[in-house]
Amino acid sequence: MSPVFYFLAALTLGGAIAAMSLRNPVHCVLCLVATFAGLAGIFLGLGAQFLGLAQVLVYVGAVAILVVFVLLLTRGGAGEDGPRGGRGWRSGVAVAGLVGSVLAVAVVSGPALGRRAEPPPLPSVRDTGLALMSDFVLPLQVVGVLLTAAMIGAAVLALRERAPGGAPGRRGGDRP
Amino acid sequence: MNPLIPHLLLAVLLFAVGLAGALARRNAILALVGIELMLNGANLSFVVFWRFGPNPDPQTGLMFCVVLDRRGGGRGGGGAGAGVAPVPAPADHRSGRRGFVEGLTPEAAWTLSLPGSG
Repeated sequence: MSPVFYFLAALTLGGAIAAMSLRNPVHCVLCLVATFAGLAGIFLGLGAQFLGLAQVLVYVGAVAILVVFVLLLTRGGAGEDGPRGGRGWRSGVAVAGLVGSVLAVAVVSGPALGRRAEPPPLPSVRDTGLALMSDFVLPLQVVGVLLTAAMIGAAVLALRERAPGGAPGRRGGDRP
Repeated sequence: MNPLIPHLLLAVLLFAVGLAGALARRNAILALVGIELMLNGANLSFVVFWRFGPNPDPQTGLMFCVVLDRRGGGRGGGGAGAGVAPVPAPADHRSGRRGFVEGLTPEAAWTLSLPGSG
């Protein structure tokens, strides 16, 4: 394993832990951006160029900025969490530690993982596009339908706030 | 050592950290961030199995990854823009304010819900 991987892994894990343990939600989201960027680097190092660039575009570019917008516009950033040693914290960390240790033991002691597999030749982005357009056309169309449904649902949810014939910005009709 | 193992351990740790956050954080947006971290851990395991696994068809794993990734983007957009919207509603309902959030116009909500869902 190269030192680049360890650096990126440390960045990713440190960002994740900081994003889940810091008090200020805006700081949490900024650490989340570091986590996503580290993951994008790991994807690129693994040879998944398309996925690494999609990670940068979708997660670093869209999702993280969107979460920052939601935090700032809804004033969710003003609300701090409760004390860190509370019951919810302890039980949540205990459950996550249990799940994580079980999975880690399964990974380390898995019999199939001990063998060293020869990595297949790396497909280029062109191969990926060709496969998407030939063998995987049906999943691609299904994903398109899914995203369209998500967009229509978002539009419906956002437009429900507008009263019929009323001034925009006021919710009317559904409340006596 | 098999290069699978450190990558998979990183994915497991990411998943566990995200699970801890999703269970422990009381702020709804940060719980969603925890779920996002769990999704990314799963994505990493998919990529690693695609890269180092004995699967003869390397494109299928990548395809699943892309589907998951795009779904994550759609969920993050719809989730952050629309899914978070009902969460502050009960708190504001008691004080008789608007359901979404005080000071956020429907136009702003519309703008918020747009970018990630495409």
